[in-house]
Amino acid sequence: MSEMIVVQDHPLDNIIRKDRMPHIWCPGCGIGIVMRAYATAIQETGIPLDQHVVVSGIGCTGRVAGYMDIDSYHSTHGRALPFATGIKLGNPDLTVTVISGDGDLASIGGNHLIHAARRNIDLKVICVNNFNYGMTGGQVGPTTPTGAFGTTAPYGNPELPFNLPFLLAASGANYVSRWTTMHIREMKKEFLYTYSKPGFTFTEIISPCPIGFGKSNNIDTGLEEMELYRRRCELVRPGELPLDDLDINLIEDKPIYVGRFVDRDNPPFSPAKPKEEK
Amino acid sequence: MSNRRVLTGNHFMNGDIATAEGAMAARIGFFAGYPITPSTEVAERLARRMPEVGDTFIQMEDELASMAAIIGGSLAGKRSMTATSGPGISLMMENLGLAAMMEAPCVVVNIQRGGPSTGLPTLAGQSDIMQARWGSHGDYRIIAYSPWSPQEAFDLTVLSFNMADRYRVPTLLLADEVIGHMVERVVIPEESEIEHWERKKPTKPPNGRFKPFEALDDDLVPPIAHAGEGYKVHFTGLTHDERGYPDMTPDTHQKLVTRLVEKIRVNADDIIRTEDYQLDDAKIVLISFGCTARSARRAVRDAREQGIPVGLLRMISIWPFPKKIIKELASNADTFIVAEMNLGQMSREVERHVSQPVVGVNHAGGEMISPEKILKAIKEVAGDV
Repeated sequence: MSEMIVVQDHPLDNIIRKDRMPHIWCPGCGIGIVMRAYATAIQETGIPLDQHVVVSGIGCTGRVAGYMDIDSYHSTHGRALPFATGIKLGNPDLTVTVISGDGDLASIGGNHLIHAARRNIDLKVICVNNFNYGMTGGQVGPTTPTGAFGTTAPYGNPELPFNLPFLLAASGANYVSRWTTMHIREMKKEFLYTYSKPGFTFTEIISPCPIGFGKSNNIDTGLEEMELYRRRCELVRPGELPLDDLDINLIEDKPIYVGRFVDRDNPPFSPAKPKEEK
Repeated sequence: MSNRRVLTGNHFMNGDIATAEGAMAARIGFFAGYPITPSTEVAERLARRMPEVGDTFIQMEDELASMAAIIGGSLAGKRSMTATSGPGISLMMENLGLAAMMEAPCVVVNIQRGGPSTGLPTLAGQSDIMQARWGSHGDYRIIAYSPWSPQEAFDLTVLSFNMADRYRVPTLLLADEVIGHMVERVVIPEESEIEHWERKKPTKPPNGRFKPFEALDDDLVPPIAHAGEGYKVHFTGLTHDERGYPDMTPDTHQKLVTRLVEKIRVNADDIIRTEDYQLDDAKIVLISFGCTARSARRAVRDAREQGIPVGLLRMISIWPFPKKIIKELASNADTFIVAEMNLGQMSREVERHVSQPVVGVNHAGGEMISPEKILKAIKEVAGDV
């Protein structure tokens, strides 16, 4: 019989609100994986934890802010980015991360998303994309692939989804990448990289949602959904593919491209200052 | 223009500019807004002035974002404000509720124009009275002040920041287009004479779990810790316990929402501002506010010259409602008249608190109600027609 090792502390105890466990996420959900990668990454930034702030909107991913034991803000649906903009400009010394879902960031918050990227304001955005509205029970959203099913698309989604990396690149973000929850090491490494990168960064994480998305689309478990995405993954390097090829099509057998797509150093937003008089 | 924060001295300026200078004098640190007539001059003035003293001005993509941003700025420790009007204030109602729920001090300037919808972009209204009080969903309270002159726009902006900080509540400067665009003398005092009330802060250094929603004092206002101060706070729009943690139970909801309402009610005497004119022996009590109060005062003067025992209660604060004062006046009055540039909003509130007849002098908006129209109503009530 193997020996059981009992430990008193989890390595992330100092950064997770233990008094809020258990969390509300469903079995097979990918958000916990993303939160763990984020928590691990910010510990390695060298920035004191009391200078890290996390802001989220509404939805399943919106609950991340409530579980992080740092200054944490759970704002309104879609408004995480302007709320975070206020915190960052209110105290520019803070390192502000926005973690929210695809519906929150790209649909109801879509206008804020493109404008925050256009300003290239120094916010680190992690977008957990599970192709649906999970919290409300599996409705289609702005990223649902054409033809996929949802509780509000019983005949299949008739719309075209956002290609988020293309959108963010066009809007002006300094950094854009995409991974899946299978890319645990890459995810953490890339999160960490964004903290060394001034300006607006956007990391999309494709995440399983067996209860919300899986049940309408004949995917039984979170693991099955993760494997389904992994099988399609192809890693690309910056500039290797035109950005408009990064759209996700789950109906046809097309690859899900992952990797760092944009990595540039345009000047980040800085509040206006009066011109020096000559 | 000037790199001084407080432009001490005599000025000739409109209410919008005076509001902006009031914010400067109140040591605003962060402004986020979106242009909309007739409030735009507030943003334009601050866009020029704030960078001169190292403060941050940002023009956001819309009013939803502006309101969300000032909550963020406030919770990062800066005195924060936005300014808007008409459809803009409707959009801000979403996050005004968040500010009330998070108890984030902030000032929201509404230079009222005629509504509903796009209505009268360039002309005055006073028809957001009930929206100011009830506009976001759910039960909560806010504070609102309504200036009747550019001077008072300056003074009440300073007061609004102080009240917002003292009670951890969004405070509205509920001005109107007439006051916003009226140019008058504004006297800005010495910097040392401008009152500045600090937010209530935690008394202990960060150690253990600070509770940003635990109100131990009689005023029901909990201390606030800002982002980056080490307290590891959590703020949410969800119903939350004293730690700020979501707790969606009827008991926690009852306790939290009741306190949000009670903290304004129990402190109403400290918050309310009114001005009396000829009220001592008044049998007819005229109530008005903002630009309409200017006509009302003239009407009272003219009526008094004709021997009519009428007086004016000018509401400087709009919310909370001065029900104690109204009830005292009711002990001696026969009739109330409410003059307001809407089709009867404040008059409904007065009706709730008095048993006497309440007569409205109303106009849907777009032009000031004239002293003659109010005088006519006074004379009708006095049986003098």
